[in-house]
Amino acid sequence: MTPLAKLLEAALFAAPRPIPLETLAALDPESSPAAVSAALDELREHYDVDGHAVELVEQGGGWQILTRAEFAEAIERAQVAVRPQKLSAAALETLAIVAYRQPIGRAEIEEIRGVAVGSVLKSLHERGLIDIVGRSEGIGRPLLYGTTSQFLEQFALRHLEELPRADELAIALRGAGNATVVPE
Amino acid sequence: MTAPNFRSVEANTPSFVIELSQFTGPLDLLLSLIRDEQVDIYDIPIARIAEQFLARISSLGLDEAADYLEMAARLLRIKAQMLLPRADGEDAWEDPRAELVRRLLEYQQMREVVDLLERRGEERRHQFPRRFVPVAADITPLNAPLSLSLGELLAAVDRVLRVTKEPTLHEVVPRALDVAGAMGTVRAVLAMRRACRWSDLVARDAEPWQILSVLLALLEMAKLGELRIAQSRAFASVEIRRDAISEAA
Repeated sequence: MTPLAKLLEAALFAAPRPIPLETLAALDPESSPAAVSAALDELREHYDVDGHAVELVEQGGGWQILTRAEFAEAIERAQVAVRPQKLSAAALETLAIVAYRQPIGRAEIEEIRGVAVGSVLKSLHERGLIDIVGRSEGIGRPLLYGTTSQFLEQFALRHLEELPRADELAIALRGAGNATVVPE
Repeated sequence: MTAPNFRSVEANTPSFVIELSQFTGPLDLLLSLIRDEQVDIYDIPIARIAEQFLARISSLGLDEAADYLEMAARLLRIKAQMLLPRADGEDAWEDPRAELVRRLLEYQQMREVVDLLERRGEERRHQFPRRFVPVAADITPLNAPLSLSLGELLAAVDRVLRVTKEPTLHEVVPRALDVAGAMGTVRAVLAMRRACRWSDLVARDAEPWQILSVLLALLEMAKLGELRIAQSRAFASVEIRRDAISEAA
């Protein structure tokens, strides 16, 4: 490996969260952003080709080293690490609405989902998946919510734009009883 | 639509969410009916769907769920509006179902995003990042089952009970706080010394009302500019000193 790739590996190993490209570039002022990108490719290939148990992943607004999926069960069984809990359907629906409509207030989410979402919002907030991003100018100045980088990380998204655009979502309901089309 | 729930926003205990059967809400139920009945969403046979909806919410035992009842009422209103006679070729006629269709489509779009998130999230759950935890802040326990013997448990309970003061269970004497008295004490202490600590002001065996009185007295005096309260770091002893300005005056 090149010295730069080794430097990146050390930084990625030490970091608790995904590191943005700019931060990685700041590790070595001599190197150009292009060189850093090339070194990241080199490191990823190193992990992939030489049969490492970890891989280099771009998500949550940065780069991160993750264990490969095949070891998840054994790691969890031995209680070395704990997987984040699965979200309920109600929580996922709320999260999806916040992701697309942010900043959004509680009343608007309830309008779309047709149910009260107070407790769901609270638990999403506790899990660090959404945060309060401001207050609306409307009556009572309700709180507005948005998604966090933790959200991107937990759903393996590089950035919000990676979600399909609203107009790309297939309307599967037209015609008789189609199954839901999963956007790719 | 729903009563504002201030408590749930403030309380910091994990909330307890009850999923109504397998449906996440009235729109979910409605979509599932529309799929089961294989009808065109742009031309919903509202009478039939409303009837089905009512049947389902009674069989699901959801009668008390306000959100479902609200939707039921909405369906019945649309049904009634559909029954009103209208002149042929009248341009001003607006389909009473339009708003419902718009909401259903919006909801359906969101459900597609849910599928996507569910898939991505599930994949990601199989990969672990390096677990970086600052040593001192490691208070998140693993989900390990608690393993200890009965003896150890009883010993632990005993330890807890021994440090707790005997709770007074029967004497409930309402005792007003004595803020003025506490302010006098604080002034007397500060007259002798430039600075003192919280522990100098509160006796070791102080009752809760005494502790509260001192606390309120300190806050009041700080507001009046008689003293300053400082703490060098979290959990350090609180230091109280005479305010230099009021001293000069």
